[in-house]
Amino acid sequence: MKTENVIEVQDLTKAFGDFKAVNAISFEVKKGEIFGFLGANGAGKTTAIKMLIGISHPTSGRAKVVGYDVFTQPESIKKNIGYMSQRFALYDDLTVNENINFFGGIYGLSRVQIREKRKQLIEELGLEDVADKLVGALPLGWKQKLSFSVSLFHDPKIVFLDEPTGGVDPITRRQFWEMIYKAADQGTTIFVTTHYMDEAEYCDRVSIMVEGRIEALDTPKKLKQQFGVDSMNDVFLKLARNIE
Amino acid sequence: MKRFIGFIQKEFYHIFRDTRSLFILFGMPIAQIMLFGFAITNEINNVDIAILDHAKDATTEEIINKISSSKYFSIKQMITREADIETAFQKGKIKAVLNFEKDFAKNLVVEESAKVQIITDATDPNTANAITNYITSILQNYQQSLNKDIQLDYQIIPQTRMVYNAELKSVFMFVPGVMTIILMLVSAMMTSISITREKELGTMEILLVSPLKPFQVIIGKVVPYIFLSIINAAIIVLLSIFIFKMPVEGSLFLLGAESVLFIITSLALGILISTIAKTQQSAMMISLMGLMLPVILLSGFIFPISSMPTVLQIISNIIPAKWFIIIIKGIMLKGVELTYIWKETLILIGMTVFFIVLSIKKYKIRLE
Repeated sequence: MKTENVIEVQDLTKAFGDFKAVNAISFEVKKGEIFGFLGANGAGKTTAIKMLIGISHPTSGRAKVVGYDVFTQPESIKKNIGYMSQRFALYDDLTVNENINFFGGIYGLSRVQIREKRKQLIEELGLEDVADKLVGALPLGWKQKLSFSVSLFHDPKIVFLDEPTGGVDPITRRQFWEMIYKAADQGTTIFVTTHYMDEAEYCDRVSIMVEGRIEALDTPKKLKQQFGVDSMNDVFLKLARNIE
Repeated sequence: MKRFIGFIQKEFYHIFRDTRSLFILFGMPIAQIMLFGFAITNEINNVDIAILDHAKDATTEEIINKISSSKYFSIKQMITREADIETAFQKGKIKAVLNFEKDFAKNLVVEESAKVQIITDATDPNTANAITNYITSILQNYQQSLNKDIQLDYQIIPQTRMVYNAELKSVFMFVPGVMTIILMLVSAMMTSISITREKELGTMEILLVSPLKPFQVIIGKVVPYIFLSIINAAIIVLLSIFIFKMPVEGSLFLLGAESVLFIITSLALGILISTIAKTQQSAMMISLMGLMLPVILLSGFIFPISSMPTVLQIISNIIPAKWFIIIIKGIMLKGVELTYIWKETLILIGMTVFFIVLSIKKYKIRLE
């Protein structure tokens, strides 16, 4: 059974004048994978992701996301991906229901679809009591989980998570990752960036960006073997030290 | 299209759930109109004056009666000595002093001329001028009544008519100006704040990643404010008509159309500001300093443009509000048709297009 590639990247580059923020990176992500996209601050992660989600025009190279070309078909990409960032979860001054309705609407779902899926989502998350409350009143952990579910609302083939668990307690983080596993089991590809190295262990494969290049790309197990260490944290530190 | 409607709905939620913006949107316009309409006025009414009557004869008594019975003046104090004039002014209660010379009536009859001095407090030059003029005309009226039996060989009799604002009500001057400012405030400032709020919160990114096209996001942000501004304009016009009895001589339809044009001009400006400002605070500052202040000072709202130094007159041409005030005053007070204000209308249209094109360019750069 051939597993299709949801992301195909070849020599993707983003230059600002002479400075190459992303320097000819290449990798693939298979359907249903949980792919960890790691790197220090300033390594070029955010720039790379922006190109993949269609909001930044690459300088050179090739990339395809869900089968669409990043250069020529960014609008089609946007329709088929989900996105969640730590900076923003949902609109605090709208209720849970209103947020769901809004995001469902802008992704083109019909009223009927939205209504059904919304009921389902609220049941699954156990938010019946707060469905009509402003999101701003919810605890952070609930917001993050709701935000994740909203990003999956339109059943995208892949969802991009930008440091989704920032500032959340360990138990909630664990619950969050269980939601991620569940989504991956159902065939959704997960592209996640994180600073928590223990979360890197949960991924199927991990890439580590350093100064615009991908310096490591493999399963956590193999990476630990390669660098002769016991944890992804140490893999990361070794890589960072090597470059200095 | 459906995505778009959902977006506009969200924008309305934001507006109505934020009490601060609601206050600016609706509270401020009404407060301003009331303020300018009732409290701030150029007119003379019940001005306190003092009389120093050295003569105390029948003539001066007649004149004093005429003055005290006019609605413009109220005689607060009768002074007895020259030295008291200064004190009376310094106390700040009186704005003018009438000083009749000794033997006023006698001089009038014998020498056919009598002198009266009008001393006005000119710390407010405009009012001082008005006071002096009013008193002078009361005196001239009295003089004419004395002379009515005498025929002069040559007479030049000026007939004055104050067109379009016969009662010289200052509210007629203020309402167009206040309306302009409020439309500009709501449209430009609120729009720029709304867009920069998305940037500040980080939600702009989410919107850009979504299937919504960037221009849909901008238009979606702008549409609610078009509606609200139109409602505001309507409220202001209604208030002026019914509370201040200010007529709308011209076509209401034309008034509405031109208002919508100006609203769009201001919105375009608001969008432009949002491309420059990074935070809501700076958007508000730029709107206030960069828009409000020049508009209040240079648009002809309070200070006539023709009295300004040439440099400022030229600068005032790039302020959209200046052209809109001409248009509104024309329609509301003079009842003009489009044929008279086509030039100003065209200028506003040109400015709008310019702002929009500039904003689009800046947005394209940003997205890169």
